[in-house]
Amino acid sequence: MDTIVDTLKARFPFVTPRPSSDTPAVNVPADQLLAFAQVLRDELRYDMLLDLCGVDWDVASLRFGVVYQFYHSGKKCFLRVATLAPDNMAPAVPSLAGLWPSADWHEREAYDMFGIRFDGHPNLKRILMWDGYEFYPLRKEFPLAGIESELPAADTAEATGAKVIAAPMMGGPFYSGTEEHYHMSSAEPRANDQSWTEDKPKPGQKG
Amino acid sequence: MPTSTEINLGDVGARSAAYAEEMQGEHMTLNVGPSHPTTHGVLRLLIELDGDRVIKCEPVIGYLHRGDEKIAENMTYNQFVPYTDRLDYLAPLANNVAYALAVEKLAKLEMPPRCQAIRVICCELARISSHLLGLGVFGMDAGAWTIFMYTFTQREKLYTLFEELTGARFTTSYTRIGGVARDMPEGWLGRVNKFCQEVLPVIDEVDKLLTRNKIFLQRTEGIGVITKQDALAYGITGANLRAAGIEADLRKDNPYCGYENYDFEVPIGTRGDCFDRYLVRIEEIRQSVRIVRQAVEKMPEGPWYAESAKKIFDPPKSKVLSSMEELIQNFMIVTEGPQIPAGEVYFEAENPKGALGFYIVSKGGGVPYRLHIKGPSFVSLGILPKIMPGHLLTDITCILGSLDFVLGECDR
Repeated sequence: MDTIVDTLKARFPFVTPRPSSDTPAVNVPADQLLAFAQVLRDELRYDMLLDLCGVDWDVASLRFGVVYQFYHSGKKCFLRVATLAPDNMAPAVPSLAGLWPSADWHEREAYDMFGIRFDGHPNLKRILMWDGYEFYPLRKEFPLAGIESELPAADTAEATGAKVIAAPMMGGPFYSGTEEHYHMSSAEPRANDQSWTEDKPKPGQKG
Repeated sequence: MPTSTEINLGDVGARSAAYAEEMQGEHMTLNVGPSHPTTHGVLRLLIELDGDRVIKCEPVIGYLHRGDEKIAENMTYNQFVPYTDRLDYLAPLANNVAYALAVEKLAKLEMPPRCQAIRVICCELARISSHLLGLGVFGMDAGAWTIFMYTFTQREKLYTLFEELTGARFTTSYTRIGGVARDMPEGWLGRVNKFCQEVLPVIDEVDKLLTRNKIFLQRTEGIGVITKQDALAYGITGANLRAAGIEADLRKDNPYCGYENYDFEVPIGTRGDCFDRYLVRIEEIRQSVRIVRQAVEKMPEGPWYAESAKKIFDPPKSKVLSSMEELIQNFMIVTEGPQIPAGEVYFEAENPKGALGFYIVSKGGGVPYRLHIKGPSFVSLGILPKIMPGHLLTDITCILGSLDFVLGECDR
């Protein structure tokens, strides 16, 4: 299983093995990614880039990473490659869209969701959210409920005064705490709803 | 007296070349969708036309984006199962299984044989259901309206079977991390067998109606060709990849759920056009029926959930209400979620639309740290700017229909 990792390590001194229990996995520094990917495609014949996604590791050092899933259609085996974007304020990694066209849309998605720039991408713009949206929703600091923002259609917004508003979360099934062990009280938002205490009656109930 | 006059047209080529610039009409930009019957959901295409010919096509997606990946980071693993129904909503059972398998791979859980066999039946019935719809609407897109009625009648029977098994026709949410929600109802396997008997003649009938139909052939042959190289480079998976002539099926190549124990063939195409994609799907239905029959025939006895996975699987209700230990187990799993060890995993399952992938990062506990969904439809649509140019406007319906995508999975 680890032969490919050994091959890559022997070939590239900067490659480090990545702990993984399923497929072989390596870490590659972002500035070497393009040269590494070129060899991966042309010599080692990993001809499919199945998926790539951004990850917000939420650490003080390098925070944003990109994880690639490659596939060898002949040997039918997977390879995972991870890289970290060097700058937390303006994260950027080289684009692989020139090598695997499938990277085009996946990179647009990672840019859309995390704000990671892909240098050399032919058409880096938002794909799932609308152009002009100012937030990156999958970053850890973005709240689950969303943030109030302008409606994408300016004419409708002007005519109706409508806005994109944060979703109501009370009573929902979500757990959004950061503590390690959480209890019923934090997992069940109704328990935290201060408007239901003795001082303030339940909505719809006369106190 | 001469009866006819010879008219000299002169050098036609030279004349038209002189006017070439004038003959070049203006290009028109046509907006199709996001609410349009040929786009099968909320896909929007920005098409640049020269007369009737497409010269540029840009898909615009995201109209069905619900933030599933963000939602997943804020709920326990089991709570996310209903959200997987809404990815490829034409084959919810297959999504449920793919998601459960991904999490179980992370937890290194092996399912007992009965659970695996139930899941195989689920996946294959979902494949039949999705392909029946795919064939029906593809027929409609190509102008053969009758087929839809034939296939949809069969699909209705499948929904009845799903309802019996899961309690819901559409949003099944059947799997749990470490098993399935409940065992099969009594006599259900017999009814599955009966359905298998009924569906095959209908597939033959569809085959007879379409496969040698001259109009259908003219509309689909040589249209929307995806070459082998393109299919690989664009990361296309599933039936669309196999139609391009590449033998790739995760059920054979990286077997999961005990698929290695079943005897079935993987149909592949030769040219990668709309017609090949149709042929591959129609044959896949027959192969799925074959798998379902084998699973029904040798359905093993035993538990239908991983009994040893005390911190992962929520025990059946009858045990929860009668035994203290199971009650505690139930309480812990409902409040804290199944306890999945730290690590990361990427798992792909061969779904009806292609390979549905889940990349999950766990830091331990009941809530995933990051869950990324790779929808095969997202990838299938990514190739549109490459294959659309050069085709007539009327061909885009055929190409879209033959790619068999679903926007719930594309936009997530």
